[in-house]
Amino acid sequence: MEIDFKHKQAAHCENGVVANLMTYNGFTVSEPMVFGIGSGLLFTYIPFLKVNYAPVVSYRAMPGIIFTRFATRVGIKIKREKFRNPQTAKARLDENLQRNNPVGLQVGVYNLPYFPDEYRFHFNAHNMVVYGKKDGTYLISDPVMETVTSLTEKELEKVRFAKGAFAPKGHIYYPTSFPKKLQLEKAIVKGIKHTCRDMLAPVPVVGVKGIRKIAKLIRKWPKAKGVKVANHYLGQIVRMQEEIGTGGGGFRYIYAAFLQEAGKLLTNDQLLELSKEMTLIGDQWRDFAVEASRIYKNRSNSVAVDQYDHVASLLEDIANKEEVFFKKLKKAI
Amino acid sequence: MKKNEVPQDKSNLESANFKELCYAVDENGEYTTELSTGWSPKTIALNNAIEVLNERISASKQRVKDLKASPLEYYMELHKMDLPILASYVGIWKWRVKRHFRPAVFKNLNNKTLQKYADVFDISIEELQRTDL
Repeated sequence: MEIDFKHKQAAHCENGVVANLMTYNGFTVSEPMVFGIGSGLLFTYIPFLKVNYAPVVSYRAMPGIIFTRFATRVGIKIKREKFRNPQTAKARLDENLQRNNPVGLQVGVYNLPYFPDEYRFHFNAHNMVVYGKKDGTYLISDPVMETVTSLTEKELEKVRFAKGAFAPKGHIYYPTSFPKKLQLEKAIVKGIKHTCRDMLAPVPVVGVKGIRKIAKLIRKWPKAKGVKVANHYLGQIVRMQEEIGTGGGGFRYIYAAFLQEAGKLLTNDQLLELSKEMTLIGDQWRDFAVEASRIYKNRSNSVAVDQYDHVASLLEDIANKEEVFFKKLKKAI
Repeated sequence: MKKNEVPQDKSNLESANFKELCYAVDENGEYTTELSTGWSPKTIALNNAIEVLNERISASKQRVKDLKASPLEYYMELHKMDLPILASYVGIWKWRVKRHFRPAVFKNLNNKTLQKYADVFDISIEELQRTDL
């Protein structure tokens, strides 16, 4: 069977799944709106953890939490299930498709056959929608892809039961009840306040302080770890910032798009102005990526230390701008 | 970022006919989306990361040939895994997996354990035991 599901490409998988599921259920919500209401924007440095032999920074809230926050703020109920046994997981999925209910799935990226080889890492927080089953293959709407695709039963089981950090355990989710009319205004205010609180949090590794912390570390790396390792670390930061799913500039552009939409909805001109400002901050993140790539581009082992200082100071400048920005944003609503 | 500034650089995405979505501003200052074929700063970062992985793979291959490590270590690197990921795939404690990297320990593993590893790497036990990679 095939459910009449409209696939729309998105920048980020989780927002994309939510926006597409909402549209299917008759509520048109844009991807930036989901991201903003779910308070997706963040900056964190996660100490002690290494992925790919490099430190981890994240530009977004934890996987899954964006949808949870979005749902509570606009008044939707979601059902989530995880499974131990792949057979039960499959049976539950088939049951839902039988009932004409497209569902969101959390999957691992490593075994996704339609991804380019270079992008297949052990990353387990990818999201997609299954909207049907035909001749033993599942019809898949993966929001980062331009068009819909399909996976065989075996392939889908493999990605649903990928292992490692954030193991999906067959995680399946779908909205179960909706409000009569979607009230976005209050939800927007809540979402923005939450983001401001996160970005200005008095925690050394979160938000603006987290950006400053990373800048400090970048200054240290070439001396403490050697140029080769420092370049690898720097590359990882840029990848987290610009990789597929961010919409560019470490989610800052998506957030600016959200502020613009929110400003129009709430008829708040200040938000429109702040959206422009956020775009400029996004551009600065892009500049940082360009400057950083100049360092790790040449693979020689003799990079002047002052180049690292230079990119670090770019980051510190961004941190200062974002601090001012989020203080203004807090007052604007 | 302006809509006409969305980068269209060559990247690894091309091979899979894949374009990613970016958010950008149009002439009137309105937000819209645009597809991008890639951007060189991140393509370089990705290629560097892959190169680091490849270095690790060839280093572990050499270690297996020199009988300093068991083939498990090589297959782990080949599948872009690290110790915690491999341990959770086979369902064996990390310290035990690490022990299995020692050729002397690996030699005495029973078939049941070997089968677990072989299943994860999608190869046969015979292939798993070969040291002439």
